[in-house]
Amino acid sequence: MGGYTGKVLRVNLTEGKTSTEPLNMELARKYLSGRGLAGKMFADEVAADVDALSPENKLFIATGALTGTNAPTSGRYVVVTKSPLNGVIASSNSGGQWGAHLKFAGYDMVILEGKADRPVYISIQDDVVEIKDAAHVWGKDVYATTETLKQEFGDDKAKVLSIGPAGENLSLISAVMNDLYRAAGRSGVGAVMGSKNVKAILVRGTGKVENANADVMKNVLSSALGKLRENGVTGQGLPTYGTAVLVNIINETGIYPVNNFQESYDSQADLISGETMTANHLIKKDPCYRCPIACGRYSKWEGGEGAGPEYETVWVFGSNSGIHDFDAIHKANDWCNRLGLDTISVGATIAAGMELVQRGYIKPEELDGTPLEFGNAAGMVEWVRKIGYAEGLGAKMALGSYRLAESYGAPELSMTVKKLEIPAYDPRGVQGQGLQFATSNRGGCHVRGYMISPEVLGLPEKLDRTSLEGKATWVKIFQDLTAVIDSLGLCLFSSFALGLSDYAALVNAVTGENYSDEELLACGERIWNNERLHNLRVGYSAAEDTLPKRLLNDPIVDGPSKGQTLKLAELLPQYYAERGWDGAGVPKPELLTKLGM
Amino acid sequence: MRVTVKLFATFRDGRFKVEERELPEGSKVMSVLEPLNIKPEEVAICLVNGQNVDEQHVLNDGDTIALFPPVGGG
Repeated sequence: MGGYTGKVLRVNLTEGKTSTEPLNMELARKYLSGRGLAGKMFADEVAADVDALSPENKLFIATGALTGTNAPTSGRYVVVTKSPLNGVIASSNSGGQWGAHLKFAGYDMVILEGKADRPVYISIQDDVVEIKDAAHVWGKDVYATTETLKQEFGDDKAKVLSIGPAGENLSLISAVMNDLYRAAGRSGVGAVMGSKNVKAILVRGTGKVENANADVMKNVLSSALGKLRENGVTGQGLPTYGTAVLVNIINETGIYPVNNFQESYDSQADLISGETMTANHLIKKDPCYRCPIACGRYSKWEGGEGAGPEYETVWVFGSNSGIHDFDAIHKANDWCNRLGLDTISVGATIAAGMELVQRGYIKPEELDGTPLEFGNAAGMVEWVRKIGYAEGLGAKMALGSYRLAESYGAPELSMTVKKLEIPAYDPRGVQGQGLQFATSNRGGCHVRGYMISPEVLGLPEKLDRTSLEGKATWVKIFQDLTAVIDSLGLCLFSSFALGLSDYAALVNAVTGENYSDEELLACGERIWNNERLHNLRVGYSAAEDTLPKRLLNDPIVDGPSKGQTLKLAELLPQYYAERGWDGAGVPKPELLTKLGM
Repeated sequence: MRVTVKLFATFRDGRFKVEERELPEGSKVMSVLEPLNIKPEEVAICLVNGQNVDEQHVLNDGDTIALFPPVGGG
């Protein structure tokens, strides 16, 4: 069979032993690989009540079924674990090169179990797997760690995944980083790796991932590449401007959150748009493995250069913090990369902190002289550093905006769903995206069903963003399709140009399976329900399928979407019915039977 | 009547970012596109005061028209 290597690497850190086992192909047919299969194995192997930062939690680092093949955008891997931020299933994926190289070394997945008695890193050179001492890189940032481990290994072709000081400090908004700048950012997965005393995983693979039907793949690949080239978004918009091209369109639609979602339109947004970044900061494109889109940026700023920033990062350290200083945004982004932090959650936590100061909850004497106010760029950059190193109030902010705001008796100022910070779209002006935020299995997240695509960007067709009609159906299909794309190890951006049939053709050509479109989408539905069942076991219920009071009760106060509200109470029952769940949001037995779960 | 025209991404090349235009009453979006030499099929998103419309939409005094080629991200 092509695509899969058929081999899982298990690392028992407590005993200091490594072992391999065959990939469970029966499960892989039903859950694909990556997010799907790792999520299923996680749910089967890790009890719902374990402490996320205890040795009993496990960290699954999994490639998708197509990762490392010649399928376009096939460089992605996923980190699945119990989130220390909110207890639900975390599945953060990342691009770059590392995931493909894990496949080249011969593994579909690495599972970290237990806890090492001292800082270690894992070295994987094809069949040679070693647990090595990491005392000399513990405390070092991601760039220094990557450089040191590659130098010691002596082969520049090695790829490094690591945590930064934030993960070591068990920050609940810390990331797992790879290839210097790429982040499995969300849900605090870096802290789980840190809790196990694992600093890094270096991989050097010399193998190749085969396609089962190489002849068929030629045509399938040619068709997919053609569509990606011809599509205006993947062929022109993203390659030219990067993801920050969204700043202006989201702002002009009036759903661009400003100052911790207190406003929804920024008259100065163009100062930090993708157009401005391209004109003044772009050095070159920085594509992931096998990606013809190449939305990744490599930029310069006053006193430095490096990767990014992405749209979400620009927004969160920019308009959502009242800041229009591109150099400051670059610096904040660079600190996040170095320290191993999730830019969205860090920026949103700083913005929540700014509002806590604005409303008098946080007192000036708590700030140790570092300004925490909307519009103060230098202060914002310094707070990013303080969060990473857990200094002063930064230690409390490192636990995310929900715990920060709650500690001052004002949890409503945390713009989160299930304690995870909401990304750069005001849900009150986009009904489907609002429903998606409320129901995403990992909390406030836009990439579990990107309804902005049809509701704002007009892809694959234009929907009225203010209408409720059909939105529950669209959200379900988008969530299920995204679960498929994630589990194949492909980039979600490919779906601006490719559809379900294209993905079915790719997976069939690579693996030799014969999925129909419906069967493949059913894999996505199975993956979604597996995640939902886990979250219910952890203790979440329909009560948590909601949004912060501000976004639920108050209309938008300014801009083109002024007066709009999210009608979640109407949408949620429609969504549960569409999913085959009961009124309490629990999957019905007949649905699970139908899905073979 | 006076309207504000905002251009984004590649539409800015050789044109402008934002300008005000004087148009006859009853003008449509099409009347904005023609002098700019932008074909309707090149426009992926046309917002008038933040609402998605097509080139036949009739404009009013004080409207803001935002024109985008295909853009996306996340």
